[in-house]
Amino acid sequence: MISQFFVLSQRGDNIVFRDYRGEVQKGSAEIFFRKVKFWKEDGEGDAPPVFNVDGVNYFHVKVAGLLFAATTRANVSPSFVLELLQRIARVIKDYLGVLNEDSLRKNFVLVYELLDEVIDFGYVQTTSTEVLKSYVFNEPLVVDASRMPPLGPAAIFRQGTKRMPGTAITKSVVANEPGGRKREEIFVDVIEKISVTFSSSGYILTSEIDGTIQMKSYLTGNPEIRVALNEDLSIGQGGRSIHDYSSSFGAGTVTLDDCNFHESVRLDSFDIDRTLTMIPPDGEFSVMNYRITQEFKPPFRINTLVEEAGLLKAEVIIKVRAEFPSSVSANTILVQMPLPAYTIRASFELEPGTVGNTTDFKEANKRLEWGLKKARMLSSILSELHCRYRNILKEAGPVSMTFTISMYNASKLQVKYLQIVKKTKTDNPYRWVRYITQANSYVARNVPINGSGVSTSKLNFEVPTMLKFLLLEVKSPYFLFLILRTTTGQKALIMGVKLSSSELLGE
Amino acid sequence: MAPPAQSNRSPSPSQPSGKSEVSDLKLQLRQLAGSRAPGVDDSKRELFKKVISYMTIGIDVSSLFGEMVMCSVTPDIVLKKMCYLYVGNYAKVNPDLALLTINFLQRDCKDEDPMIRGLALRSLCSLRVANLVEYLVGQLGSGLKDSNSYVRTVAVMGVLKLYHISALTCVDADFPAVLKHLLLNDPDTQVVANCLSALQEIWSSEATTSEEALRDRETLLSKPVVYYLLNRIKEFSEWAQCLVLELVAKYVPSDSNEIFDIMNLLEDRLHHANGAVVLATTKLFLHLTLSMTDVHQQVYERIKAPLLTLVSSGSPEQSYAVLSHLHLLVMRAPYIFASDYKHFYCQYNEPSYVKKLKLEMLTAVANESNTYEIVTELCEYAANVDIPIARESIRAVGKIALEQYDVNAIVDRLLQFLEMEKDYVTSEALVLVKDLLRKYPQWSHDCIAVVGNISSKNIQEPKAKAALIWMLGEYSQDMQDAPYILESLIENWDDEHSAEVRLHLLTAVMKCFFKRPPETQKTLGAALAAGVADFHQDVHDRALFYYRLLQYNVTVAERVVNPPKQAVSVFADTQSSEVKDRIFDEFNTLSVVYQKPSYMFTDKEHRGPFEFSDELGNLSIGTESTDTGVPGHRVEANDKDLLLSTSEEEETRVPSNNGAYNAPSYDSSLVSIVASQPQSDLLSTNTVVPSSASQSSFAIDNLLGLGVSVTPALAPAPSPPPLNLNPKAALDPSTFQQKWRQLPISLSQEYSMSPSGVGALTTPQALLLHMQSHSVHCIASGGQSPNFKFFFFAQKAEEPSIFLVECVISTANSKAQIKIKADDQSVSQEFSSLFQSALSKFGLP
Repeated sequence: MISQFFVLSQRGDNIVFRDYRGEVQKGSAEIFFRKVKFWKEDGEGDAPPVFNVDGVNYFHVKVAGLLFAATTRANVSPSFVLELLQRIARVIKDYLGVLNEDSLRKNFVLVYELLDEVIDFGYVQTTSTEVLKSYVFNEPLVVDASRMPPLGPAAIFRQGTKRMPGTAITKSVVANEPGGRKREEIFVDVIEKISVTFSSSGYILTSEIDGTIQMKSYLTGNPEIRVALNEDLSIGQGGRSIHDYSSSFGAGTVTLDDCNFHESVRLDSFDIDRTLTMIPPDGEFSVMNYRITQEFKPPFRINTLVEEAGLLKAEVIIKVRAEFPSSVSANTILVQMPLPAYTIRASFELEPGTVGNTTDFKEANKRLEWGLKKARMLSSILSELHCRYRNILKEAGPVSMTFTISMYNASKLQVKYLQIVKKTKTDNPYRWVRYITQANSYVARNVPINGSGVSTSKLNFEVPTMLKFLLLEVKSPYFLFLILRTTTGQKALIMGVKLSSSELLGE
Repeated sequence: MAPPAQSNRSPSPSQPSGKSEVSDLKLQLRQLAGSRAPGVDDSKRELFKKVISYMTIGIDVSSLFGEMVMCSVTPDIVLKKMCYLYVGNYAKVNPDLALLTINFLQRDCKDEDPMIRGLALRSLCSLRVANLVEYLVGQLGSGLKDSNSYVRTVAVMGVLKLYHISALTCVDADFPAVLKHLLLNDPDTQVVANCLSALQEIWSSEATTSEEALRDRETLLSKPVVYYLLNRIKEFSEWAQCLVLELVAKYVPSDSNEIFDIMNLLEDRLHHANGAVVLATTKLFLHLTLSMTDVHQQVYERIKAPLLTLVSSGSPEQSYAVLSHLHLLVMRAPYIFASDYKHFYCQYNEPSYVKKLKLEMLTAVANESNTYEIVTELCEYAANVDIPIARESIRAVGKIALEQYDVNAIVDRLLQFLEMEKDYVTSEALVLVKDLLRKYPQWSHDCIAVVGNISSKNIQEPKAKAALIWMLGEYSQDMQDAPYILESLIENWDDEHSAEVRLHLLTAVMKCFFKRPPETQKTLGAALAAGVADFHQDVHDRALFYYRLLQYNVTVAERVVNPPKQAVSVFADTQSSEVKDRIFDEFNTLSVVYQKPSYMFTDKEHRGPFEFSDELGNLSIGTESTDTGVPGHRVEANDKDLLLSTSEEEETRVPSNNGAYNAPSYDSSLVSIVASQPQSDLLSTNTVVPSSASQSSFAIDNLLGLGVSVTPALAPAPSPPPLNLNPKAALDPSTFQQKWRQLPISLSQEYSMSPSGVGALTTPQALLLHMQSHSVHCIASGGQSPNFKFFFFAQKAEEPSIFLVECVISTANSKAQIKIKADDQSVSQEFSSLFQSALSKFGLP
């Protein structure tokens, strides 16, 4: 039971505000937004999705940069409300085709219409896109597609960090095609988020696949659909052992640790032939979510070396090796590595002959970023860091990586066939089955060289070294900047250095 | 009425400031009101949209009420809906104008299109205007009988809305009875679900004043209703399923076959993709099996995988909600999750609220076999860029060290932290080293060597500084420059902003003085002088106290300030197990996320219709109680008591080491014995005294390696000593409450119940009557199988001296925990035996 529902923009404007029970004061959206905003500024990280202010419980989920929020005074189930908020966002997306601030502002009357039917006096009535169709009369105003970010896997994954990305389909369930006739099609996406942690010696410490089979159906007449998965699929913690050679990579069986299914899925013959039968509801939904901890071949191997290369210098070498067939392509690969807070600058050296790579040292959050357009078999980068203090080895890393690989899935789970059980008069509907693998938490801990002497000695600023260091910097354009920065540290000492170095400049 | 922040937002075309636009709209609406020109509906739509968008951003458009109503006479359903939305929002502030809308709403309620009927009825009920209720009753009556299910669902919610506007009208029209009929007979499951929601809300609120409603509410939990709903569960929407599952969780099955039937029926709900359904099912399973230890254990195993899947499949928000519940389960039964520790490793991109939970879970599941991996992982986080998480990780390492596994290696790591030369790492590590030393004094040599190298100048955080100073005082004999470091700190007294640090300084200098008088004497003088002159009350008082103590007698002062200390065996848990049980009772509610029982964050009237297990429902009124005041009062007493007893709880709980497969609610890791804080060295003497008698007797039992069951072995049926009780004693609840708060616990014992006694507890009333026959009267009772709680009182014959008893009986392990408070403490032992002998006879023929 909720009391109010509202959607706020990133700046905190009310886009939609619905009060169902009149138990919570009107200014709640204001209170909520301030709390969320200051939570972060107080250094506590993101505000938790549920918090209580003066007896009012505030719930929120972030979808497409918007805050979907609800309030209540009752001690309700947090899962219930958060699931509901997420579902409302999805229903709205089903209707508008695209969910963002612009589309929501343009269609807020339609959203109110939906909200009226989804919730009555705080109690959920229905969240079925299909049932709602008969109660909703506004036509969605479709936002200009040209203002949308470019389609394709790269764009769709940008929204939300952990949420399973939606399909690239941005068509409303109620809108008609410009041509008039509706196109009969169905999309099935197997999306896998993989998490791997490599130890500093290159072993896999933990690995997990969180997968989902998403469906979005535009078929008229709600036909029954059968989805067949790998016949040798097994469920339960069978294949956990590393010594189980039969389950080695390649043709091995797929073992799910656990999975769950959408309401509409019937599992009558699942135990026999691994077939899911369902009458898909309108709109987008996950047919099945699954989780795998069975070993799999990670698509990328990462090696990192961090080496002290002088008193206030260090070298970082990152090597990335792609271990999937060259027929598949990985996009938008980004390798990141946090650097020590006192890093002043970093220079980069790529292998000769590489194209489409970007390198950057993010000054604000002290981060090294290396972007690759396309993965090659082996790519590497050498970066030289300059720091104000020693002790770099303990503070750099770990290296993390994000990427998207289409038409590839790490688990080898497959949709063997997609059958539409229908005596159809029309043409055969379009059936799209796609596989996407995406990095969730892909981390390699780095190997410190010179590890034995991990600088347990005291910091030792000798004026000559400092001077020498600065002298080295004289030629660089960062010089003035550098002086400004260093003055914040060891005051007396560096002030002196500053003087002497500006004298040098004068020369 | 624009919201305050309106002013500081940048003006944008969609957010005008108000006034002139509103009057402009008014004019335009007026022009369109009478018009019948083609296309007028489209222009109306545009205007209505504008009005509603103003309403959304908080501009007051209530002045348009009349015009809006005039314009809404239209067959256009989109316009109608917008108008309804507007009217619903402003009718409450414009009750007179709201009357204008009644006509067209009533007409629409009779429209032939069921959708229009439903819409109109919903809007009619949403007006929230008290003097319009007369129009509602008739429409609702026909709405509930409508042939269309949509109209019926709307009508059922309408009844609830009516109840909130005017409870009397709703009850007088006999609507609850109609809803009850629909609940059991309507073919549409959403109608049924709405009836259930509405009835729970109505009857819960009626139950405080009406016995009948209380009984009615009980019927919702009767077998026929519960079975009827369960048999149809798959026809309900996922949201309604949650509602039903929540209700069934309150149902008490008659035997274990029934429990298994229910569980088998609902087994597949654990595979639902909706986390709310899975958690509701989990709650039901856990509560059903509370009294069956081994099945309960199986349930834990069973729900593990589905919950882990939910954690990794949803949005961060959804997984947080599930993870909070998993956290609760891990805390209750860490050993079940010990092999899943890798699932609780943090991912670098997770929000910090998730990481915090995971760190606590990692700490909880650490045992002999996985400590090495877990601590290695935690040490990785300590170098994390996210500083709050790095801190938490170090604390987690320390907590694991305090849990005794592999201390050796961990101490090494902590000392490495000290050498990392990051100020926050050093600070956290210092605090931990201090705690470790309190538990493992044998490590002092290694630790002190490292701590001695840390310059106090580099430590800024008060907590860390206080820890360092404590170590300086405590180990001043081993640290060569301790007096001189303290001296330099005293010299900078005025620069020290934290009172906590200054308090510690005083105590540390005192301790140092007793160990190395010649070197410290001067510093001590300076410290006391600075302390006495301090503006902070506590610092001033402590300095003055030390000064006078020293003046009085130095050896006494040493005994007070620096007594020989025993190593702390277990640190106090922050939450009492009673509070934890309470949170567990409220599984699948916000209590779990906030880690507080609901009474701490929710007003009473909002505890919600689900709160059947609340004392309101289950606290039966004491049979002999002279006062028959409102039950709410008693709940209050109980709540206060819960709060009060948190600190006492730890002293009296004793490990029930009946093997690893204990019922999780009696997990031994939760048990703890309060240790005096280092800074309260002074106070420690008097905090321990009151219960020392009972504590030491337990300690002996434990030393001998005997279980707790030995204690009651003495007690089977001691003959009643010559203590006579007044059979007609009387005490009103507020006096009880007051006394309970004032008196210290004079006796606390655990006692084994006879099987027949446990059996007879199926009707707790019987115990009350039984105890009454022994002149022990019940003032309040509550709880649900397997945990019952009773408050008794008794009075000495011919004397006003009163005994108060809190008795917690767990039928799961046939134990009764008794706490006795007495006006006259000298006879509490006798009373205790009397009470126990009375209790032991319970259930015997």
